[in-house]
Amino acid sequence: MAETSHSATPTRRPTPQDVNDREVVIRVRGLEVGFGTKTIMKDLDLDVYRGEILGFVGASGTGKSVLTRAILGLVPKRTGTIEVFGEDLDALSPQSRKAIEQRWGVLFQQGALFSSLTVKQNVQVPMREYLSISERLLDELAMLKIEMVGLKPDAADKFPSDLSGGMIKRASLARALALDPEIVFLDEPTSGLDPIGAGEFDDLISTLQQTLGLTVFMVTHDLDSLHSVCDRIAALAEGKIIASGPIDTMLASNHPWLRAYFHGKRARAALA
Amino acid sequence: MAGAIARDPNSFHKQASLPVSNAYDPTAELVRHGDELKATLSGQWTAARSEAVEHEAAALEDAARGAHRVLIDLARIERLDTLGAWVLDRTRHELGGRSQRADFVGAKPEHRILLDEIAYRGFQQLPPPRRSSIIDFLAQVGESVVDAGKDVVRGTSFLGEVVVALLRVIIDPRRFRVASIVHHLEMVGFRGVPIIALISFLVGCIVAQQGIFQLQRFGASTFVVNLVGILTLRELAVLLTSIMVAGRSGSAFTAEIGSMKMREEVDALRVMGLDPVEVLVLPRMIAIVVALPLLTFIAAMAALFGGGLVAWAYGGITPEVYLSRLQQTISQSPSTFMVGLIKAPFMALVIGVIASLEGLAVQGSAESLGRQVTASVVKAIFMVIVVDGLFAMFFAAINY
Repeated sequence: MAETSHSATPTRRPTPQDVNDREVVIRVRGLEVGFGTKTIMKDLDLDVYRGEILGFVGASGTGKSVLTRAILGLVPKRTGTIEVFGEDLDALSPQSRKAIEQRWGVLFQQGALFSSLTVKQNVQVPMREYLSISERLLDELAMLKIEMVGLKPDAADKFPSDLSGGMIKRASLARALALDPEIVFLDEPTSGLDPIGAGEFDDLISTLQQTLGLTVFMVTHDLDSLHSVCDRIAALAEGKIIASGPIDTMLASNHPWLRAYFHGKRARAALA
Repeated sequence: MAGAIARDPNSFHKQASLPVSNAYDPTAELVRHGDELKATLSGQWTAARSEAVEHEAAALEDAARGAHRVLIDLARIERLDTLGAWVLDRTRHELGGRSQRADFVGAKPEHRILLDEIAYRGFQQLPPPRRSSIIDFLAQVGESVVDAGKDVVRGTSFLGEVVVALLRVIIDPRRFRVASIVHHLEMVGFRGVPIIALISFLVGCIVAQQGIFQLQRFGASTFVVNLVGILTLRELAVLLTSIMVAGRSGSAFTAEIGSMKMREEVDALRVMGLDPVEVLVLPRMIAIVVALPLLTFIAAMAALFGGGLVAWAYGGITPEVYLSRLQQTISQSPSTFMVGLIKAPFMALVIGVIASLEGLAVQGSAESLGRQVTASVVKAIFMVIVVDGLFAMFFAAINY
């Protein structure tokens, strides 16, 4: 690319640790969610800061996905407030809520690609719905997103049933990124991928976060992901956030579950 | 055309789906000095303002016509995302392609990273395959004929597999899966009785009512008994039952076997040395072959009962007269009763083979399962009617 008067060297975006007054993009206060007589989480508080990659851990069945779905509005909550970009989701008009929904993207665990559409058409679904742009730009942008997530161009015209697990995750990420969201929710992005694929996916998320300035909310079990890409980790147990902070905080914690999680045999192997 | 090109930032943002204030709209301020064009960009070049972004970029490209050098000043851009970066870099690239020099100046570091990452390049468009609708149509017709032929071959060889499995079980009766057969007999036969009896009863009523209504005109309304008796016993009972069983149990067979195939349970059976045809298909086939004649009999009785009720209430034919005429009709051609029942096991075989084959043809996805269940029901009902037609020709030929 030609550069004339200004010679800017590409620098890393400031990581959240560098910034003191960090903007909170998701603020959850006093959240209670339950089904029937069962209470899954109670009095749960959580902050997600702009530009960070938050890794969200917890034992199976503690409600990690439920919390994600509650923030997204897919699961009804009993009490509590959820603010996204400083706006209380309950107090929003349907139209403003729609505007917020365009500023986040979601990668579901199974990909959730529309099976009757090709990868390219999948990526174009939100674009067609919300952008008024020419067909040419629509095609180019879809191809751009498909390349950004590391898929080959010939994957664009394939149907989800023709893709491998890793490709489905990538295609789904491309769709999540279609509208250039500010927050991306990833539900176990590396589960079901081989270690090489998982590592590549971690690198991809970290690259995208740096170039696009994304805020990433990542539910994961993958200790390698937690170590390599997450700026901060929040742990869910007993219906509450029991600890949050960088990996060192987690390692130093005395909570029995955290000790078992971060000092287990597998964790030591990942740390080494 | 020297000087500033004035541009109203409000003029092209009418259909934007977001309620955005125009103060953030992307704008390009164009100043021309000789053959150099300087474009100072400002505002938000983002997806939320996609229409204006595209419009501004096109305007910039137009204005640059004839300029040898184009400077695009990015310093005042507030926000840039991949859409904006792509459009800008594409514009720069296309100006470059027209042997003009176009450069970005003053980009903020974060915008520069994004522009470098995006880096415009053309995507090769695969040419759409040439198609002629007539040839496509003919090809599809040919394909479906070939598929139908293959279905017949596959069905026949599958029936052979089932027979072989049956022989193996007969030789070694310990492999006879009684529990499974009883279970399927209950599902296909016993649980099917209410609905099959009900629709047969209703159809019997309708046939009798229509018969009386039409035959009255010739003063021959008592012949309605012959009509209901022969029609029900020869055709209606077995057809209605077969169609209901194809819809009820054939689809269930396909769905059950198909979902096992989908979750690799069929493969698990195979690696344990068990034959899926023997374990899954044979019990179902035996159950359906036993149940369908029984259901046909029940259907016939229900239809005759319905016909009798209507004949009594609507045609004034008392039950005694109805029954004696019915007996007379049937004893005139004693084959009437058997013709219906002989067909039933063959219908059952056709339904069972098609349902099991379609179930085993399921691939790894839920869509495939849905497709095969639909195909199973459609093919089974179609084949039931074809087989019925073949039997009609056969019985006519042997005067039965």
